Amino acid sequence: MEWDWEFVREIMPMLLDGLRITLLATLLGSILAAAAGLGFALLRRSKNRAVTRITGFVVEFIRGTPLLVQLYFLFYVLPELGLLLSPLTAGVVGLGLHYATYTSEVFRAGIDNTPRGQWEAAKACNLTPYQTWRHVILPQAIPPMIPALANYFVAMFKETPLLSAITVIELMSEARGVANSNYRYLEPMTMVGVLFLCISLIAVPALHLLERRFRPPR
Amino acid sequence: MTDTIIDIDRVTKRYGSHTVLQDLCFSVRPGEKLALIGPSGSGKTTILRTLMTLETIESGTIRIDGEPLFQMERNGSLVPADEAHLHRMRTKIGMVFQLFNLFPHKCVLDNVTLAPMLTKGVRKADAERRAMELLDLVGLADKARAMPAQLSGGQKQRVAIARALALQPRIMLFDEVTSALDPELVEEVLSVMRMLGSTTDMTMLLVTHEMSFAHDFADRVLFFDRGRIVEEGPPDVLFTNPTHERTQAFLKKIIAAGQRI
Ligand SMILES: Nc1ncnc2c1ncn2[C@@H]1O[C@H](COP(=O)(O)OP(=O)(O)OP(=O)(O)O)[C@@H](O)[C@H]1O
Ligand SMILES: [Mg+2]
Repeated sequence: MEWDWEFVREIMPMLLDGLRITLLATLLGSILAAAAGLGFALLRRSKNRAVTRITGFVVEFIRGTPLLVQLYFLFYVLPELGLLLSPLTAGVVGLGLHYATYTSEVFRAGIDNTPRGQWEAAKACNLTPYQTWRHVILPQAIPPMIPALANYFVAMFKETPLLSAITVIELMSEARGVANSNYRYLEPMTMVGVLFLCISLIAVPALHLLERRFRPPR
Repeated sequence: MTDTIIDIDRVTKRYGSHTVLQDLCFSVRPGEKLALIGPSGSGKTTILRTLMTLETIESGTIRIDGEPLFQMERNGSLVPADEAHLHRMRTKIGMVFQLFNLFPHKCVLDNVTLAPMLTKGVRKADAERRAMELLDLVGLADKARAMPAQLSGGQKQRVAIARALALQPRIMLFDEVTSALDPELVEEVLSVMRMLGSTTDMTMLLVTHEMSFAHDFADRVLFFDRGRIVEEGPPDVLFTNPTHERTQAFLKKIIAAGQRI
């Protein structure tokens, strides 16, 4: 089998369309993973024992089951229960919640690392609990977490081909589409690998930059 | 009634089975400067932390301005205080910590303006003007834009004092504010304290191992041992003529360690 540059040029626009969806899903999924992860971490610190238990159970449950199963559940089972999600929405929710269970551990560790004296100073300054989180704890806890969070976002990016299983037309399913209709897999699949690699290669130095930028002081 | 600002009545505090404060009683007059001294582990920090509501107590009553700190009145009976009550009580009290506890992600000026803006709704410009006055008072006006990590320990502690003053508390608690400092930086903090002591009518409670400073600064000295007050009196009496043998032993040890009293 010979490598056919002409065919590559022909399918490239479609692949790039797919890549756009892949990146969009990663971006939205990352935002959800960060927000929900923070939410899980905060709920797990609640004074209400029932809330911590239920959150702990939900987090363990999501983390303990395969992402693919969760995606199927969101896209094919929820409509039977009356909740119809578009493929991309279901994909973003699945990715975001799944990775939120990991980012919540990052948030938890970062919050626990904030010295007790900071909570006490905030109380001595008479800040409310909300003001303490918003102005004292999170602004110093989050920057050191950014590299670890970004690592999960890169991992999420590499798992986006799973979304093709719920009919999201991302990079992988575009590639499979053109491959199937042309009976040629070499170029589409190679280009998928190359595109993923390109993005990862950009992400790695960006990660290092983040690590250096947010390395904890002292 | 109005001549006690703090009234501590039979307060007991335990950590597990370890009793740290035992039936502690004392009261403080408005404007009084009080020094709390005593051996390590005698409960001096604990009583300050309790007044700041950083700790709770097992029994007894603490009153600030006649009002219970950890209880509030509801339908004629006392019930445990809720967050709103504690919040209101905390407006009367400020604290300076041994390890400064500045907010490391905020510059000096923002450290001082944060709480007045958030808790009292002071406008930014007003908060900053007031903060600059306070920084000037502690000799750090030129460091307003510095980050805490760029300051020496003595400078950090002076910022922490300015931060506490910014909320204009009537009671200030100082917990060994110089003991984490290099010896050559102690004096710059003590001189700020001295100036506050002589120019304000704030009530000040000071835990310290600096006996000569306690001597000069305080109107009254409380000697703590094992969660109780063993002896109290004006510094001239307590330091030169202690009656209790544990006080004598403690002061003897301090002098043997090379401190002047
Ligand atoms: N969080 C805690 N858990 C358990 N025990 C504690 C805790 N905090 C303090 N203690 C104990 O309470 C006792 C009193 O402590 P406190 O810090 O009030 O003493 P102190 O008089 O300030 O001593 P120092 O001069 O060393 O600062 C000590 O025996 C200490 O070990
Ligand atoms: Mg202490």
